[in-house]
Amino acid sequence: MRHLKLIWLFWSTSLGSEAEYRINFLVACLSSLGNLVGSLFALSLFYQKGGQLGDWRWLEALIIMALFTILQGTMRAFLNANLSRIVEHVRTGTLDFILLKPVSSQFWLSMRRFSPSGLPDLLIGIGMLGYASHRLSLSPLAGLVAMLPLASSLLILYSLWYVIATTTIWFVKIYNVTEVLQSVLAAGRFPIDAFPPGVYRFFFTFVIPVAFMTTVPARFLLGRGGLDNLLWSVLFALGLFTFSCLFWRFALRSYGSASS
Amino acid sequence: MRKTWRKIAAICNAYFAMWVEYRAEIYLWALAGIMPLILMGIWNQVSKNAAFSLNPNDFVRYFLAVFIVRQLTFVWVIYEFEYLIVEGALTPLLLQPINPVWRFVLAHITERIARLPFSFAILAVGFLLYPKAFWIPKLSDVALAGAVVAAAFAVRFTLQYAFAMLCFWTERAASIEDLWFWFYTFLSGLIAPLDVYPAWVRSAAELTPFPYLLYFPAQILVGRPVPLLRGCGVLLAWGIGSFLLYRLLWRLGLKRYSAMGA
Repeated sequence: MRHLKLIWLFWSTSLGSEAEYRINFLVACLSSLGNLVGSLFALSLFYQKGGQLGDWRWLEALIIMALFTILQGTMRAFLNANLSRIVEHVRTGTLDFILLKPVSSQFWLSMRRFSPSGLPDLLIGIGMLGYASHRLSLSPLAGLVAMLPLASSLLILYSLWYVIATTTIWFVKIYNVTEVLQSVLAAGRFPIDAFPPGVYRFFFTFVIPVAFMTTVPARFLLGRGGLDNLLWSVLFALGLFTFSCLFWRFALRSYGSASS
Repeated sequence: MRKTWRKIAAICNAYFAMWVEYRAEIYLWALAGIMPLILMGIWNQVSKNAAFSLNPNDFVRYFLAVFIVRQLTFVWVIYEFEYLIVEGALTPLLLQPINPVWRFVLAHITERIARLPFSFAILAVGFLLYPKAFWIPKLSDVALAGAVVAAAFAVRFTLQYAFAMLCFWTERAASIEDLWFWFYTFLSGLIAPLDVYPAWVRSAAELTPFPYLLYFPAQILVGRPVPLLRGCGVLLAWGIGSFLLYRLLWRLGLKRYSAMGA
């Protein structure tokens, strides 16, 4: 309850300060629209001359793209703005003040900021999802079941991101790690079956679990998910989340405040 | 002349020391350019069951060539320039008896050299994944591609630096780079070789400078025929145009610059 109240305070103040820069929001809207056009074009290239991504038909691939856009919106709205702050806190030593606050520092650092620039992506993603599910006349029940793997996928995204953010404790100048994460996660635009079997699928399932982020929830939406898929994605999400918490605590032990 | 060389050597030394210190950051940048390797896997797989004009091996070679060209032509000067202006840190650079652009040029070149071993390691992984696609380009092709890549880098750098001059007027000059990068992503051949584009998109793309920055040198590396004269002409024209734009904006901008934060 206390945490919910804090989140409300955090986000309303963020929104207030972002409202000063309304033009940024406009730019974000335009860039999201541009990305939509571009990604649809890029995806359509695979569907020429009998080409197809794995056994995913065009509309089914659109669902993957929609889920990816939603994840991207989540990153822009909730994660990226906080990441740059963490780096800043470590660099200038103001992390001390956060560690002294009577609330989990991981919670504070991950939730402090909310950026409306992620909203256009979220809306576009949800719109695409609605369109594709309508055209494929997917059952609402499947949608309900898919909520669980979708929640796992968000948790996986968050944990990965936080693990990377944690490494700033050692390497102070790594604001470009988001770039790395983003470029690897871009694999989530495509269903995992579109990759060649072997190294690629292994890497994108177990090393950087992109498969659990878009492919598995999409399978459930389409009513093709199996129990093992569900189990693995939930286990993976919980495991990664626990790891991110432990890793943060471990990292704090090597934190030698720069301010004092 | 000797003096110039000594300046260049001094700046290069300083930057090398810096890049070695921050090598983790450089390696991360190299990794951030891994997109072509992801697309390589997808295109290789898709093309097995479709009638594209390129076969699965061609796709692997194409994307590995794209990866290397990207590693060599990557430019970030606008972000650094924006930072310097916003922080007021450009002022000390202006007091030095050398145009600050040379610092940025040398920073880019030394960074490339420091990163190259790592880029080649990633390339080696690509070949390990697809040993059948391994090829050694002809020496003449490598030389030609090297020259074209250098030209593409020069064009990219000059144009982005010209955009960076807008920082004298606005704090969000990097937005124009983001817009440019959107066109670059979809028209340069980064997401797929232009050969698989619908004909009308391809001819539209070829009217822009974008394919000549990436698709063109990559094609030379994989040893396919290219419109050499036209490509070099486009690069030259855009290089000259960007240079003139940079000179104009630099002169106007300096007059406006009021050393904030100094």
